[in-house]
Amino acid sequence: MVPNPFTDISRSVRRRDQRQSPRRYQWFFLRRDPRLMQRLLIAAVLAWLAFLIAFPLIGIITHTFADGWRPFVDALIEPEAMHAFIITLLVTGVAVMINVVFGIIIGLVIARHQFPGKILVEELVSLPLAVSPVVAGFMFILLFGRNGWLGSWFEAGGVRIIYALPGMIIATIFVTLPFVSKEVIPVLLEIGTEMEDAARTLGASPWQVFRYITFPSIRWGLAYGITLTTARALGEFGAVLVVSGNIIGRTQTATLHIHESYTNLHFQGAFSASLVLAVISFTMLLVMEFFRRRIEKSREN
Amino acid sequence: MGIDVRHLVKRFRSSCQKTEGFLAVDDVSFSVQPGQMVALLGPSGSGKSTVLRIIAGLESPDSGHVIMQNHDVTWTPPQNRHIGFVFQHYALFKNMTVWKNIAFGLEVNRWEPEIVAAQVERFLALVQLKGYENRYPCQLSGGQRQRVALARALAPRPAFLLLDEPFGALDTKVRRNLAVQLRELHDEVKTTSVFVTHDQEEAFELADEIVVINRGRVEQAGTARDVYDRPASKFVASFIGNVNMVEGVNDGHTLWIGPLRRAVVPARALENRGELVLLVRPESIEVCSSPCSDTLDVMIRTVAYRGDRYEMMLDLDGLELRMIVDRQRGASRTWQTGATLHVRFSRFAVFEASEGHEALRDKLRSLGYIE
Amino acid sequence: MNPYPPSSSPRGPGFPSGLFAGKTLAGKKGERVMRWTALTYIGLLVVLPILAISGETVKSGFRTILADLSRPEALASLKLTFLLAFTMILITSCMGTLTAWVMVRYPFRGKAVVNALIDLPFAIPTVVTGLMLVVLYGPASAIGSFMNRNGVEVIYAKPGIVLALLYVTFPFVVRAVQPVLMEMNMEMEEAAACLGAGKWTIFKRIVFPSLLPSILTGAAQAFSKALGEFGSVVIVAGNIPMKTQIAPVYIYGEIESYNPSGALAVSLVLLAGSMIVLLLLNVARRVGTRYGA
Ligand SMILES: Nc1ncnc2c1ncn2[C@@H]1O[C@H](COP(=O)(O)OP(=O)(O)O)[C@@H](O)[C@H]1O
Ligand SMILES: [Mg+2]
Repeated sequence: MVPNPFTDISRSVRRRDQRQSPRRYQWFFLRRDPRLMQRLLIAAVLAWLAFLIAFPLIGIITHTFADGWRPFVDALIEPEAMHAFIITLLVTGVAVMINVVFGIIIGLVIARHQFPGKILVEELVSLPLAVSPVVAGFMFILLFGRNGWLGSWFEAGGVRIIYALPGMIIATIFVTLPFVSKEVIPVLLEIGTEMEDAARTLGASPWQVFRYITFPSIRWGLAYGITLTTARALGEFGAVLVVSGNIIGRTQTATLHIHESYTNLHFQGAFSASLVLAVISFTMLLVMEFFRRRIEKSREN
Repeated sequence: MGIDVRHLVKRFRSSCQKTEGFLAVDDVSFSVQPGQMVALLGPSGSGKSTVLRIIAGLESPDSGHVIMQNHDVTWTPPQNRHIGFVFQHYALFKNMTVWKNIAFGLEVNRWEPEIVAAQVERFLALVQLKGYENRYPCQLSGGQRQRVALARALAPRPAFLLLDEPFGALDTKVRRNLAVQLRELHDEVKTTSVFVTHDQEEAFELADEIVVINRGRVEQAGTARDVYDRPASKFVASFIGNVNMVEGVNDGHTLWIGPLRRAVVPARALENRGELVLLVRPESIEVCSSPCSDTLDVMIRTVAYRGDRYEMMLDLDGLELRMIVDRQRGASRTWQTGATLHVRFSRFAVFEASEGHEALRDKLRSLGYIE
Repeated sequence: MNPYPPSSSPRGPGFPSGLFAGKTLAGKKGERVMRWTALTYIGLLVVLPILAISGETVKSGFRTILADLSRPEALASLKLTFLLAFTMILITSCMGTLTAWVMVRYPFRGKAVVNALIDLPFAIPTVVTGLMLVVLYGPASAIGSFMNRNGVEVIYAKPGIVLALLYVTFPFVVRAVQPVLMEMNMEMEEAAACLGAGKWTIFKRIVFPSLLPSILTGAAQAFSKALGEFGSVVIVAGNIPMKTQIAPVYIYGEIESYNPSGALAVSLVLLAGSMIVLLLLNVARRVGTRYGA
């Protein structure tokens, strides 16, 4: 079977193709799908996004301001609401700071060290993503609760963890543990060790190497990780709910306050606090977008 | 019965701005005889790929026609053109094995399963990839991927084979090897082929005919001999092979050459008058034993032995000339830097210097055609 | 050239050894300190809780757990959770892939806004999500009352839970598919067209198989997230035992009513479910990166 150099193409070249009508056949040229199909699919996606994401957002905004600014402000300056936001800021601040420091260390260890069981460590670091927040809270109750494994011991020392601030902070740390290292590790692997080795051969101490070489290159990835951590910590609900006991004025965070207000049919309070959180998260989102652009830019260079 | 390309024009417009757009292909016409292999040769960005993609039906021209086997296929979708296309980066199907890749074109054309198997086996053997059937593209080297792409394009027995810089992404040694293989393959299957390259050696080695393209226009179409020995334009002369550019003035019987306008009586009468540019190939500079009316005195600046040839840089009143002397002739005498030689241009192309010598040289230099 | 989406921690064969890299197990002192700091931190925060829940499991014994698990409310909540999560990933896979396709391939105005909207569910607290959905689709709203009149209940019913799950997991599939689609230039499709394949064949045999790994990645992440989702569902679902009570809500109820063994049994199933899904995903990725690259 010898390939025929003169395979006859006349059967497949259709008569109508030979008519001079570029417009009509343009979509055959692979760069585009048919116009109509494009329009329909774009419309479908936009409608989906609108009904799933955009309209709910607009809905809550209009509801909050249904009676003007007054009720919104009043709901926010209630002492419970104020206190809840302060607790949220406190918990978020501490959790983020701790996770940033340890996230960098974990990132460096996983990206730069070689030791047996590293795969296991990697899986462990990403484990919190797979755990339901409620289950996470439950695990900490088992650990630190009054009858818990360590709880009785702490109790004897006069330190309360469950139903108190430390428990909430620990739960938040657990839930946001992977974010910083997850963003830092790929960057570290990508930049490799050449520059660090070069700096070391020039006599830089490990700290100097980190300060002047490693840190500048992971900077934007780190910032992205921090933003993710903050957003998640601000919005954490399930784990904190289980661990905190939800004591109004003591261990109630903003999300708990929203839930509480909602279940007590105090809708204005719930909506107002929600809107504040939504605005904060939206800002976080914009910041994240900014950092992602920076990461992409620095990757190109 | 081959491919006829008539007056193709293609302008790329960016979708957001209402600008003129970029004229990538400007009135390109050429034809390919059945069973021949034609090279589209030109610097990168000259529009070769665009022409090839229009022939394949992957891009639509703004005007002009593509005729295949006497059918106007300008608006025929690629599926119906019976072409095999080899992409610069191969575009192998990553989710399929080598076998599946080669069989794809046969399966979508509804060949019988037994015949598909036989044909795939045959082409695996042809491109020497037996034993690699079950590998995925990511498990192959560049050269192997290239051969899979070739087999995939050829297996459905296309009427036309189109290749876009088929060896562009390979290193020199593999490239040589594959070029020879491609030519052998072509001699065996005799498919009408067009390939794109920016490498003139590749074009010379593979093509029956060369179409030189620059800035979206055809500069010259012809055999390797034509474009090398009888370049139709300054661009062709300087782009194909190495070339020395020497300015001169012709007053009717004497040619005044070089920066200092030394007088030379050329062996043949020149048609062009006035300010001229002479394009001289390094191997067309001939050494004479004694000065006479058509020789120039030059000084040797550097001598380099390249194994099969000597390469010399000569100094003509401050202008640098490159000269190549083949090994045998070169070995018959000693070359000393600083020595004076009497040389003659045995062959050269003459063009009128419409813009003045310096401007022209600057332009060619900026385009990278001369050093 | 990689058919699989880039893993978050690619590990090449030639692993870098440089700064902070212990050549042997006993590296320099500073490195050892750092490694042990990291390991201790992970140990305290991740391993210890896992140990606690495992220990509790051992302590209460297989029998008790099985008994707790076979309570009708527990079984119903688990069944509901898995069923709804499964429904959700079917929808989110389709819509997520479609969204990624439209975002990458089609030009349209306002793309940047849409791009930001896609990420919104990751940023917005889940409780707020629940509230927003209740506001828009609840019985008090125009849409909700319209649907109620036509016999469709959304909020405080199963469709509402699916809606909430869809909301909180929406970015997973989109963000998994988008980069793969961007990297997959048109050349493969063009090659297929030149070989005579029609549009549908190209999609079926080239585009879809290339996207499938990333779709599965996104779907697995979404599934794992959906199994554990609490904040949005607790507000949207109404939480009627046996009807609209999902597993995390059931667990919360058990904890509130001081019945840790009831919470434990269901927790274990949830943990196992999402961990198995993610583990399978990781294994697939590792195999994938070995063949890819
Ligand atoms: N899709 C496109 N959109 C806009 N400009 C393009 C497009 N494709 C090619 N061009 C432009 O057309 C010119 C010719 O491109 P091409 O045919 O690829 O050149 P070659 O293959 O000879 O290097 C280039 O300057 C390129 O920038
Ligand atoms: Mg090209």
